[in-house]
Amino acid sequence: MSQMILLDRVTKTYNKNLGSALDRVSLHIEPKEFVIVVGQSGAGKSTLLKLLTREERPTSGKIIVGGIDYDKLSDKKIPLLRRRIGTVFQDFKLLPNRTVFENVAFALEIVGASTKEINNTVPRVLDIVNLKDKAKRMPIELSGGERQRVAIARAIVRQPKILIADEPTGNLDPKHAWDVIRILEKINRYGTTVLLTTHNQDIVNRLKRRVVTIEGGRIVSDRANADYDNTSGKKAK
Amino acid sequence: MNKHLIAFGRIIRTGFVYFGRNAWLAIAAIAIMVITLTIILFSIIANATFSNTIAQITDKIDISVYLKDDVTEAQAQEFVAEITKQPQVSDVQYLDKSDALRAFIEQNANNENLLAAVNETDNPLPATIRIKPITLNEMPAIRDFVTQEKWQNLQSDPVSDNGERRQTIDKITHATNILREAGLVAVIVFAVISVVIIFNTIQMAIFNRRDELQIMRLLGATTSYIRGPFVVETIIYGVISAIASIFIINALFVTASSSLQATSLGLLDISYSQQFFQGHYWQLLWMQLTLGILIGAASSVIATRRYLKFKTSKK
Repeated sequence: MSQMILLDRVTKTYNKNLGSALDRVSLHIEPKEFVIVVGQSGAGKSTLLKLLTREERPTSGKIIVGGIDYDKLSDKKIPLLRRRIGTVFQDFKLLPNRTVFENVAFALEIVGASTKEINNTVPRVLDIVNLKDKAKRMPIELSGGERQRVAIARAIVRQPKILIADEPTGNLDPKHAWDVIRILEKINRYGTTVLLTTHNQDIVNRLKRRVVTIEGGRIVSDRANADYDNTSGKKAK
Repeated sequence: MNKHLIAFGRIIRTGFVYFGRNAWLAIAAIAIMVITLTIILFSIIANATFSNTIAQITDKIDISVYLKDDVTEAQAQEFVAEITKQPQVSDVQYLDKSDALRAFIEQNANNENLLAAVNETDNPLPATIRIKPITLNEMPAIRDFVTQEKWQNLQSDPVSDNGERRQTIDKITHATNILREAGLVAVIVFAVISVVIIFNTIQMAIFNRRDELQIMRLLGATTSYIRGPFVVETIIYGVISAIASIFIINALFVTASSSLQATSLGLLDISYSQQFFQGHYWQLLWMQLTLGILIGAASSVIATRRYLKFKTSKK
């Protein structure tokens, strides 16, 4: 099945008086692409990602991901959709009462993986994000960068075909931010579509990937191998 | 292994982990449940005891019809058969002259003078039909039936009933009925209050963990996988509370019979209560377990519902 992401004139209005968070946004992302969505706070980046994970429903417009039409998606099937998409949240969203290992294992537990499978896979993934020696720590004992890497490990442990990362570097210092980005690139090389939001100019400039700029709920530019346009996104530097 | 089986095992295990982690919630919820279940159990036993008291009192009431000596056996049997057909009648006993004498002698075994007097004469007692009504309220109807003209000329003496005791018995029955009804209302009120409290306690605990629930949701966990452990946790509360309530009632009986040295407290016949409790021990335990599990499971299912909903609004 195609792992394409397709948004067709998607509008999301939370409150009519405040205007639309997203306004007739159309976007087409091919399998294995690495797409960066940039835009200022409140531009609509997070709304876009929440629509893709079906946390929110669009007010109008069509969303199809991996052949699944969201209009026809029953509540019962939503968990199945979310299992196919790896998600990294800006605020990590780790389970506070579970160790690093258990947090990553949880993603496998809910899909019914056997204990043996979990014990084999989790250490390998923790190795990828360089946290093998902290498997038994609780999230509260970790630094921001480490927590973010746990969140990434959890997102990739099920080997999703699509990975969505909402400002994964937002709370990190440059060194850790780059650790995270390198992991995302690595995953992308293995064939996972990556959709990343950020407002880190340096990251955008050095990645040289497709950049979609959102402003006031609308896509104002969509360029391949682009630099970050700090002023408004209307033109490339 | 089957994926569903793996998931089921994990839900059960996680339920026990949650139970261990939330000691204070467990204590609060169990305390309320124990009180509720104990009250329910107590009222069931009290109700059975009151019913028994009423049954015993009613059993002491009968109507006696005395037959003339010249009434033939066939006539007497026909009369008995007619009485037996009446819907208000629970039991009819026919005593011929010698039966009646034997019964009289038994009843008055201590009164030697009377017995001596009886012995000196030919059997002075009439053949008797003793009628037991189903309830006290049926007495007048039965009386009316046996005093019909058709039957009246078979009778040697006026029909008698334990009329002098009737008023007292009526009062006791009335008081017992009021106690039963008041008890029932109290049980319902307590049950409702405690379900609300249990529900709130669990809701509070789940509110504290709502982020956790939402994270699980975002990672693609199914409703039953998220809710299951909470349901298991509250079922454990229910089981513990049910067993505790049985122990408490048992302890009450031990205390009542040993330290109070009483077999009854007014209308509450403690020895019957104890007998009822011991006779229905397993049924009562199962009933308590069922109630505890139902209350627990229902509370957690309702309390988690809000945090497991998907957004359906497009706004």
